[in-house]
Amino acid sequence: MTQKIIVIGAGMASGRVLETLYENGADVDVTLFNAEPRGNYNRIMLSPVLAGDQTYQDIVTHDDAWYAERNVTCRFGEKVATIDRAAKTVTAENGDVLSYDKLVFGTGSNPFMIPLPGHDLEGVIAYRDLEDTEKMMGLGEGNKAVVIGGGLLGLEAAAGMAARGVDVTVVHIMGHLMERQLDEAAGYLLRKALVDKGITVKCSANSKEIVGENGKVKALMLDDGTELPCDLLVMAVGIRPNVALAKECGLAVGKGIHVDDQMLTSDENVLAVGECVEHNGAIFGLVAPLYDQAKVAGQTLMGEEAAFVQKELSTKLKVTGCDLFSAGDFAEGEGREDIVFRDPARGVYKRLVIEENKVVGAVFYGDTADSNWFFGLIKDKTDIADMRETLIFGPAFQGGEPLDPMAAVAALADDAEICGCNGVSKAQVVAAIQGGANTLDAVKAVSKAGSSCGSCSGLVEQLLSVTLGDEFVMPEKETVCKCTDMTHDEVRKLIVMKELKSLPGVMQELNWSTPDGCHVCRPALNYYMVCAWPGEYADDGKSRFINERVHANIQKDGTYSVVPRMLGGITNPKELRAIADAADKYNVPTVKVTGGQRIDLLGVKKEDLPAIWYDLGQAGMMSGQAYAKGLRTVKTCVGSDHCRFGTQDSTGLGIQIEKAMWGAWSPHKFKLAVSGCPRNCAESTCKDLGIICVDSGYQILVGGAAGLDLRETDLLCQVATEEEALEYSCAFYQLYREGAQYLHRPYKWIKKVGLDWVKEQIVEDAENRKALAERFHYSQQFFQVDPWAERAVKGVDKHEFEPLADFTKTQVAAE
Amino acid sequence: MSQFIDIGAVEDIPQRGARLVKSPLGEIAVFRTAKDEIFAVDEWLPGKAGPLSNGIQHDTRVTDPMRNWVFDLATGEAQGADEGRVRVWETRVEEGRILITQQIMGELRAAE
Repeated sequence: MTQKIIVIGAGMASGRVLETLYENGADVDVTLFNAEPRGNYNRIMLSPVLAGDQTYQDIVTHDDAWYAERNVTCRFGEKVATIDRAAKTVTAENGDVLSYDKLVFGTGSNPFMIPLPGHDLEGVIAYRDLEDTEKMMGLGEGNKAVVIGGGLLGLEAAAGMAARGVDVTVVHIMGHLMERQLDEAAGYLLRKALVDKGITVKCSANSKEIVGENGKVKALMLDDGTELPCDLLVMAVGIRPNVALAKECGLAVGKGIHVDDQMLTSDENVLAVGECVEHNGAIFGLVAPLYDQAKVAGQTLMGEEAAFVQKELSTKLKVTGCDLFSAGDFAEGEGREDIVFRDPARGVYKRLVIEENKVVGAVFYGDTADSNWFFGLIKDKTDIADMRETLIFGPAFQGGEPLDPMAAVAALADDAEICGCNGVSKAQVVAAIQGGANTLDAVKAVSKAGSSCGSCSGLVEQLLSVTLGDEFVMPEKETVCKCTDMTHDEVRKLIVMKELKSLPGVMQELNWSTPDGCHVCRPALNYYMVCAWPGEYADDGKSRFINERVHANIQKDGTYSVVPRMLGGITNPKELRAIADAADKYNVPTVKVTGGQRIDLLGVKKEDLPAIWYDLGQAGMMSGQAYAKGLRTVKTCVGSDHCRFGTQDSTGLGIQIEKAMWGAWSPHKFKLAVSGCPRNCAESTCKDLGIICVDSGYQILVGGAAGLDLRETDLLCQVATEEEALEYSCAFYQLYREGAQYLHRPYKWIKKVGLDWVKEQIVEDAENRKALAERFHYSQQFFQVDPWAERAVKGVDKHEFEPLADFTKTQVAAE
Repeated sequence: MSQFIDIGAVEDIPQRGARLVKSPLGEIAVFRTAKDEIFAVDEWLPGKAGPLSNGIQHDTRVTDPMRNWVFDLATGEAQGADEGRVRVWETRVEEGRILITQQIMGELRAAE
């Protein structure tokens, strides 16, 4: 039979009761009252909303669709007027009388408002719900705010408003901040961090009166006479269980609504969960025990046996970006000893409280990485006598375990808590993973770990990795190098987005960990900016590999090879004579014909490079860029001019393409070929871009390779005219130049983005193709400068080619 | 006290650049870092690395252009898993001039 359930209050605890019921397929008909005009949202996340990191939409846990799917009757913005437990009915504000089988109280708590004179003025608020948050968000620069209360909530309010430019003062009655969670030293560090953020902190301060003007708050007066002007006053001094309704209907009530281990109140048909309850004399404010209660209440409603047990609690907080952790009891006392570690420069403070060789309390500030392990020691009452000397350094230093986060996670006990918010243990996460949840999102969905505040996501990922081994690919990305945590794609996007146009700029803005990068990242960054900012970015030769820096290929003995460009593989007697003369003049030991249809002069001394370039330049030749991560050659066959099979002028098209593309830099080298017929004499089918001429036009082939990897090209498309062949080729080159990771040849890049995507960009989207080709031609006007002439004639980079001093020829007097 | 020889101006080497000094004892690469420190080490580690003046310089290290070994310019030691060391030559900067130890002249010089 369908059970009729009325729930009063749509908060995090009652929300979890509903989830428990529906996830287990309970046959229930639920009516949900909520005084706030909305459903359940993640109240813990109001602080990120205040800080502007998230929006309200981001923190909604149950939206309208969620309730609709489950046929929950929502009465939001409506209060319950009275309850008749004998008749088992609830009367709504508007007079509707509803009957229930079971009633669930989730009325939560009310913020405690100190009854100071003036506490009812306009502009005096608590920090409890979205309305309060929105009032704080309404402030900005030029506004002043006072927060009474230096606990977690008060500090989050203060930090959130300060982040919006508000001038904030925190007034706290105790001697240090967050005295319930932190000791004095950690409180001091926290205070310092807040002051650094421009927040004024007044401890040991008693509020006396709230001063108003025209019914609106104007200032807070302290009992020492100090007046703190403010436009808004936030009271965050604590909460009181909301028991008014329970009391009215005659339930047993103390500080909160009395409940037993099954979350039943003094009436067996009425349950209560969350901040409104009192269990064994305790009331609750943190989310973890509330979720435990909710689960038990759900099971009780379904007739299952379950019992709520209070657990040792730890607090892991993030206030204003300061990592804090506290657990257990850290008051000083007889028989108690402390182990303290401080690193003032890093702002790290760690304190363990030891009693009879067991850890009974822990406070960490600034570095909370090992807090789960320490919390385990407290819960399990582990004897620490043997590891006492190195205890404070954490699990990595015990028993010779390696300093490896994976090992630390693997070493956690099965019942070690991974998700504090939802009380999910390591064993539960592992069970979820073994049950098939093989991504972070899947684990979240199945086990709830990481679904509230999300601070345990890293741990969950490590568990995925430990449990699945090689099967789990850490979403962890391939970073550019050890100087950064970012991937090539991320760096590239940011270079464009933040308009970064210099190496120091990139390294500063993207938080490089080394002063000036390394041989891995510098060439990549240099290329990314060469590509993104043609004409604006000043190419940094010092960030280029030697071949590109001196425009020749270094050989194993330190000499260089020189390859002049021969467009389309066509040369003439004048060029050949000049090459022969140069080979004689500079004693070139080896002259070789290359696979790219040109001539290589091998074994040229570095000092001779500018001179040999000069001589070749006199004969009209320029650099063949045989050393470049850039356009290399366009290989051709003789085509229709001479060949009886030739269908088109393949040589002519090859020359046109090479004329358009020479000088361009790209993520890796780029080789082309144009064959005059499908016999493919120019070997177009293993090039980065190949063209095969056919009777009806030109087949454009992409993504071939004939190096370490051997790969045949794929057909991009067929076009009818030479003009189109040229436009498509330039567009493809530009798409590759803009998108591929440095040192990826086109076939690797295509494998990543997919041939279909490339087709979409170039074949299917004519506008985009034209734009790509235009960007390519725009860039080319800056890069079609012969680097050999620059050096041979204009003396660019002279220092590269001449020794600083030569003591093998002359005698120098010593100083 | 070893004596020093003038080999050129600091400005003759671009920042993060290097230039060669040819000595009777072999080729020496002289580096100027981004912070204008000057280091001199052998251009070659025979059979293993070089020519180092052609490498990419970063911080106080240089990456060998042939095999990507990374050498510390101050100690000459190969970094990481690679083992090897290039000779380091003492240098000084005085009034914008780079001076290098006369030891680079080897026996030729000592014989004078």
